[in-house]
Amino acid sequence: MSFFSQDNPQCHDFLNGAKKALDDDRLQAQLARSLKDGFQKKRLKGMSRLPEYEDLRDRAKAIKAHTLENLDTYLEQFEAQVIAAGGQVHWARDDAEACKIIIDICQSVNAKTVTKGKSMIAEEIGLNAQLVANGIEPVETDLGEYIIQLRKEPPSHIIAPAFHISKEQVADTFHEHHLKQVQGRDLTEPTTLVHEAREELRQKFLNADVGITGANVLVAETGTGLIVTNEGNGDLTQSLPPVHIAVSSIEKVVPTLDDADTILRLLARTATGQEMSVYTTFFTGAKRDTDLDGPSQFHMVLLDNRRSELLGGPLHDVLSCMRCGACINHCPIYAKVSGHAYGWVYPGPIGSILTPHFVGVDEAHLLPNACTMCGRCEEVCPVRIPLPKLLRTWRGRAFEAGHPGGVQRLGLKFWAWFAKRPALYHTVVRPAVGVLRCMGKARPFDLPAPQGGTFMDRYKKGER
Amino acid sequence: MSPARTEILARLKAASPSSARPPTPALIPKRGQAKGPTRTAMFVEEAVYGLAEVVRLKQWSDVVSHVAQVMADTGTDKLKAAPHPKLQNLDWSGVKIAYGRGQDDDLVGLSVAYGAVAETGTLVMRSGADAPATLNFLPDVHVVVLQVSDIDANYEAVWGRLLKDSDQLPRTVNWITGPSRTADIEQTMLLGAHGPRKLVIVLIDEKA
Repeated sequence: MSFFSQDNPQCHDFLNGAKKALDDDRLQAQLARSLKDGFQKKRLKGMSRLPEYEDLRDRAKAIKAHTLENLDTYLEQFEAQVIAAGGQVHWARDDAEACKIIIDICQSVNAKTVTKGKSMIAEEIGLNAQLVANGIEPVETDLGEYIIQLRKEPPSHIIAPAFHISKEQVADTFHEHHLKQVQGRDLTEPTTLVHEAREELRQKFLNADVGITGANVLVAETGTGLIVTNEGNGDLTQSLPPVHIAVSSIEKVVPTLDDADTILRLLARTATGQEMSVYTTFFTGAKRDTDLDGPSQFHMVLLDNRRSELLGGPLHDVLSCMRCGACINHCPIYAKVSGHAYGWVYPGPIGSILTPHFVGVDEAHLLPNACTMCGRCEEVCPVRIPLPKLLRTWRGRAFEAGHPGGVQRLGLKFWAWFAKRPALYHTVVRPAVGVLRCMGKARPFDLPAPQGGTFMDRYKKGER
Repeated sequence: MSPARTEILARLKAASPSSARPPTPALIPKRGQAKGPTRTAMFVEEAVYGLAEVVRLKQWSDVVSHVAQVMADTGTDKLKAAPHPKLQNLDWSGVKIAYGRGQDDDLVGLSVAYGAVAETGTLVMRSGADAPATLNFLPDVHVVVLQVSDIDANYEAVWGRLLKDSDQLPRTVNWITGPSRTADIEQTMLLGAHGPRKLVIVLIDEKA
């Protein structure tokens, strides 16, 4: 079975990917259970414990809006503070540049293995493939990322990368890869699986030459980055090896620590319903002289990857995203097709907006067009990004670029012509309703029969 | 200056209008404004909600016997402690205690919290000569001593204290809300992923 990779998107194959997911009964059952009874319920519970949740959303939106208006200023302030705290800052225009910076740092310390905290930016730049190509072994330490790394699969969800995998599949994967483990252990219990991964990864944490993490937020006033984890994996990744590299995209910066607090009051609550993630780790520069542990080198890689092109344009608001995953968790399309069908790094509504920007509209035009415009993503977005509006922007651009083509395009053109002529429209539709009603009643057709006449007829009769 | 830096900043300058920020006092939820005993009670309630164990002791000298009990429950006679003066001043006779950073084989680790946030029952640890960050993550069981007087109502207050002590943050500040966990296998929550399987918070009334 083949999957998309960072440099080989499969968005054009969305329909086949969707069909495959729809035909997979196991996956369908798991999606139904994990979204509705999992993420959605947890978020509601988290919200119910904080009456100020809606006010905090407005505040977070305002913080992001202000920061984006002054992104250059805050990034320069952030950079100066990182340097003052003994760190180094590297700027990367694109994925290749970011990978090269990271590999150069790894090679400068003769790194053989690197541990990694979960990072969507690392996925976006295709870092693991580049590390491997340069003889450096990347070890994913987030349990979900670790599982999919062993299975050679891409993530299917931005905060739960192994969302699509069953515990039986995890057991099979561990049986295959954990050769040193005592035979005869019982891997039917998730507890055993978690403990086995813990044992397996402990030595890798301790032996790694470099630790690479992302950053959920960057704080300009102090030159601080932060990560949130529940496992403690990203935290070990950035405190054990002698070198810590954090890679983040430029729009993650906020002006102050208080602003970061606002984001953090929303992030975990919206994602998993937790009051706060178990571990929120703030890192500022390199190890200090009197510190007993911590990395002696700290490198911050700031990635643009064409985000600056979005600034001030029709898709500007997508730069406010804090990657909580709520839009994905509430999307009726994601709930049926799962993450891999989207064919690139970011799935769901947020992915359908980001992916066409990164891989091009010719490759990814099916994604914004798969949306039902139900609006739930905007409803749950903690920073109130108008996702349906942004998806419509892509639909317009896709149409201008010739998607869809052929018969579908002709059909749409005909429909537009038809719908713009109300008199003709009603003349044709009125008898059609009658025909449809007969067809709906007659077998073997499985059609919902229209009730009564057309909308306009009933409206005129005063049925409101 | 790297060409990438120059180019990115130039693009951002061209695209962002740049605006003065109106004064924005932090938006602190009501439950982040508790005072006195209500604040302490809220800390305990939220820490327990986050699955930490909380015990309340009168004075620092009571810490030793409680830690010994945790060690017995864990089945170890060795303790790894942060080289914090308040811990070093206690009478540890009868306990095999070593001071230093966290190691792979530490079963029980003992630290002193810099502070805590009542709003969400969160411990605030800062790295330094008396507080190795590795001790927060490597032991199986992490025991953290916290003075009631060091509990703040909200995050903003802790930042205020930290930045009053120094104009630069320590290398690492760890907020800890409960023991390590994962829900990566079928969304089932399980404790003890990579960090401590158990978090014991020892609250001390005495202000030392």
